[in-house]
Amino acid sequence: MDKQNFVTIAGLSKEKINYLIEMAQEFEKYPNRDILNGKIVATLFFEPSTRTRLSFETAANRLGARVIGFTDAKVTSATKGETLKDTILMVSNYADVIVMRHHIEGAAQYASEVAPVPIINAGDGAHQHPSQCLLDLYSIYKTQGTLENLNIYLVGDLKYGRTVHSLIMAMRHFNPTFHFVAPTELAMPDEYKMYCEEHGIKYVEHTDFNEDVISDADILYMTRVQKERFSDLMEYERVKNVYILKASMLGKARKNMKILHPLPRVNEIAYDVDSDPHAYYIQQARNGLYAREAIICDVLGITIDDVRKDKTIIK
Amino acid sequence: MNKKERLVAAIENGTVIDHIPSNKTYQVANLLGLQNLDTIVTIGYNYPSKKLNKKGIIKIENKFFTDEEISRLSVVAPNVVLSIIRDYEVIEKKRVETPDILKGLVKCNNPKCITNNEPMQTVFHTINKDKGVIRCQYCDKEQDINKVELV
Repeated sequence: MDKQNFVTIAGLSKEKINYLIEMAQEFEKYPNRDILNGKIVATLFFEPSTRTRLSFETAANRLGARVIGFTDAKVTSATKGETLKDTILMVSNYADVIVMRHHIEGAAQYASEVAPVPIINAGDGAHQHPSQCLLDLYSIYKTQGTLENLNIYLVGDLKYGRTVHSLIMAMRHFNPTFHFVAPTELAMPDEYKMYCEEHGIKYVEHTDFNEDVISDADILYMTRVQKERFSDLMEYERVKNVYILKASMLGKARKNMKILHPLPRVNEIAYDVDSDPHAYYIQQARNGLYAREAIICDVLGITIDDVRKDKTIIK
Repeated sequence: MNKKERLVAAIENGTVIDHIPSNKTYQVANLLGLQNLDTIVTIGYNYPSKKLNKKGIIKIENKFFTDEEISRLSVVAPNVVLSIIRDYEVIEKKRVETPDILKGLVKCNNPKCITNNEPMQTVFHTINKDKGVIRCQYCDKEQDINKVELV
């Protein structure tokens, strides 16, 4: 069998996405197992990302694997000028699967071509962050009971936000209607609007963000508007408070509507939203654990049948 | 034989590459590795051309290129014509076709792409042959084939 990798979300079929979501559901029922007993998972974080690393390491530990790795490239031979290829090949000698985060775009794809063991992309620069995307999909599925025919509102920085770009690509199979809510300077780039058109994905653009705009939303996906993204600071000052979600804006929201956010949040969701039943961003992060348990098992050749018949569940 | 062809001595057997944009002549020579040949090569440029204004012509004696070698030219000179000569006669004319995959030919325009940060071969997939759009296998950035640098 060919080696499995988890490098990009764009290449995943509808069947594969549904399969991984089903698998994540199994892990949510029983997250603690010994199914990876004897396996070693390497987490190579060439760029620090505490949240993602903890999530992957928790997933590996809860399934009985042992974890090796580094949390910062400063402590590795990369600072001595070692190539990525050499680092990956060296670690492949030790580990059964490599989870890697890198600031360079395409690093995970390249690693997957040179490594004899499966590669899981935990983020490669501004390019892809597919495990975040899978947990977003799982969160949408869990809260809506389906991925089909949903109204998904993407709010904030749609220009640089890779999570929203990945979400568009992954949702192409499920007939969504997207609403892009962003300041002009951070609007959805043309290449993704073209992607929507090529794939028959409906979308509407808004610059206003208020109670009425979001009243039809099934999913409200918030992202951070960062000051450093603006070339014109006047523009930043003008819009910085426009894309903040407050509890007072949820009066007309659909009952099933859930608010997602890839986190960390700064001020784009007011704290008074946290206790609102629409808030889902903290649970969303928890779903990352189940999604990552599914990803690690899948690349190691463990099937959903294996997971269902698993005798190593720790209750 | 028309007048233009006679500007350079005719060859008995080999390949004549015509309609090269004049300023791309040496890039074409480089891409085909002509500097490594030990046969007679004639390189000319700044010839008057109705289509291009100025053009280059390269004649290579006793050398015939594979389709793969020819496809490399698509990056710098997509409109060149190669005439295959035997016994002073043109027996075949070949046009350059952009290949579906370009390996190790051009650099990625994205400075943050792994291909610009690691000693490795670039790989591009041709997305649109007519518009000359190629996409990096690694960072997925789409780029204009006319605006990329050769490796």
